[in-house]
Amino acid sequence: MYSEAPGTMTQAEIKLCSLLLQEHFGEIVEKIGVHLIRTGSQPLRIIVRDTKTSLDQVKKALCVLIHHNLVIYRVHKRSVVEYEAQCSRVLRMLRYPRYIYTTKTLYSDTGELIVEELLLNGKMTMSAVVKKVADRLTETMEDGKTMDYAEVSNAFMRLADTHFVQRCPLVPAPGSSDPEPPPLAPTLVINERDMYLVPKLNLIGKGKRRRSSDEDAAGEPKAKKPKCPDDKEPIPDDGIYWQVNLERFHQHFCNQAIVSAVANRMDQIFKSLPVGYNISKQVLDQYLTLLADDPLEFIGKSGDSGGGMYVINLHKALASLATATLESVIQERFGSRCARIFRLVLQKKYLEQKQVEDFAMIPAKEAKDMLYKMLSENFISLQEIPKTPDHAPSRTFYLYTVNVLSAARMLLHRCYKSIANLIERRQFETKENKRLLEKSQRVEAIIASMQATGAEEVQLQEIEEMITAPERQQLETLKRNVNK
Amino acid sequence: MAGNRGRGRAAFTFNIEAVGFSRGDKLPDVVLKPPPLFPDTDFKAVPLRTGEDEEYMLALKQELRETVKRMPYFIEAPEEKQDNIERYSKRYMKVYKEEWIPVDPKSKMAKDAYRGSSLINSADVLKKIEELEKRGDGERSDEENEDKEGGKVKDEDGEDDSDNSEEEEYDEEEQEEENDYINSYFDNGDDFYADSDDNMDEATY
Repeated sequence: MYSEAPGTMTQAEIKLCSLLLQEHFGEIVEKIGVHLIRTGSQPLRIIVRDTKTSLDQVKKALCVLIHHNLVIYRVHKRSVVEYEAQCSRVLRMLRYPRYIYTTKTLYSDTGELIVEELLLNGKMTMSAVVKKVADRLTETMEDGKTMDYAEVSNAFMRLADTHFVQRCPLVPAPGSSDPEPPPLAPTLVINERDMYLVPKLNLIGKGKRRRSSDEDAAGEPKAKKPKCPDDKEPIPDDGIYWQVNLERFHQHFCNQAIVSAVANRMDQIFKSLPVGYNISKQVLDQYLTLLADDPLEFIGKSGDSGGGMYVINLHKALASLATATLESVIQERFGSRCARIFRLVLQKKYLEQKQVEDFAMIPAKEAKDMLYKMLSENFISLQEIPKTPDHAPSRTFYLYTVNVLSAARMLLHRCYKSIANLIERRQFETKENKRLLEKSQRVEAIIASMQATGAEEVQLQEIEEMITAPERQQLETLKRNVNK
Repeated sequence: MAGNRGRGRAAFTFNIEAVGFSRGDKLPDVVLKPPPLFPDTDFKAVPLRTGEDEEYMLALKQELRETVKRMPYFIEAPEEKQDNIERYSKRYMKVYKEEWIPVDPKSKMAKDAYRGSSLINSADVLKKIEELEKRGDGERSDEENEDKEGGKVKDEDGEDDSDNSEEEEYDEEEQEEENDYINSYFDNGDDFYADSDDNMDEATY
């Protein structure tokens, strides 16, 4: 899980969480959520008091947050239930499009919609998911065709098998001889084995198309239309809820990144091999040896059993990727000379000012300037090594070094800040141009309705001209900026 | 630190060359104001990545932004407009949203309320439509009609879909409060925000 101390969230991250919550759930939920992120865990009454919101609203907000796995609760001390927000989980909302798109590439449209529904709704029963996805897919199919529940169920099972979706922890079943009163707040448990166990459902049916022409066009009261028969059926898997397993997606992304990095590397090696080789055992051996000897250390050789055991060094691989990202950022922001210095310090671990100038072959003044620029942005840090116990500056070594972990964290924090700034900017732009956007929408709607009733070309043109050319230009720019 | 402080101001305590400039060089001006809001950069930013994947994800993002606003989890702040002015937009631009109420299955009141509320809501909606139909017909365009009907069907479907889903998870949560709160909580979906402050006096800490 994502528990962390409240103090570790930076202002920029809190701001970003606030913007995300606001966009997804509205202002009330945002207020409660941000309050919890700032203050750590709190009981219900304190939340009500400190946010000056009504009890009902706080309850509803908490329900929404808990339902979406953004807030957890636990019994604290003896009779107080406290709620805690998971800030990093809130930030994962930024990745929703990526999760959905990844599922599309792996499990096609059916899988994509399953994950989308689960992400939008937090937790759902399998039958609910299957029904909803079947309906949605049916809408997009040709007239007369429908999506079978069985196909959706299969896709769901595949997702469960590969652990992309998992069961939510449950309220433990009370023992029959349990004399104690139920606890204030249940501790939800789930068995490792059960987490991916798909319930045996007999879901038969097809997706339903929601057609507005099916409704009574004469405007008769809807009470005459009979309710859909399956609304009254009991839900067979009531109580078994599913959620998206974000960690599994993260694993997948890691693997993807490593594979593509190695593929790039392989291309370089491949080009230096003679043409016309068939991949035989010897070539495979060669490749593996090359990879193992590669300075990136992605693959290591761990023993010779079976002709040589190779292992992927995940830790090193990810560290290399992080470093490569840092190098590229330096190059783009400060220039290639700076990048050269950075790579040098990285390689030699600790360097003195003079050594930097010598190794990089860059004049002293320039080198100093660049080092200080990088220092001021915290990509590089200074390590003091005193020669004498009194730490006198004239008798202390000052060494430049790169702390990859902290530099990477700083970069991440900067990214979050950028995202927050961009979202604010987009909201600002949208608000400023609200009038224009609404006008354009109305015009489009009028045009559409007139086309439907077969209006003349001339009338259409007249209406289009309601938006003047400069306004149109403004609209275009706005659309471009907002969409990105 | 007792050092060479008393002895003559000309000597610095550290090797000045190491810092970056030798004696006699012009020192940079003292900066008296905060750095500029948008400093000039020597290097332009790298363009955003575009490709089939990114375009798809961009479209998804926009779609999601719109979709979440219509979900029952999006809680609108109650508007405190003055009710004496009858507004045109209020009459014709109502968006029917599904009501998502986590139901406590143990409370009998809640069960009755839930069954009642699904019927009440659709009956309410029907009545409103009939009223509006009787009033002014000329101003309404076709799209408003379709909006209402589409929304209504969504409403009915949504009611049945989402109200069952949260029964088990929230029962303990509701139980931790005194029962008075629960009773007033589920009486009427429409008066959700209205009677929230009545019981606040009892909560003393």
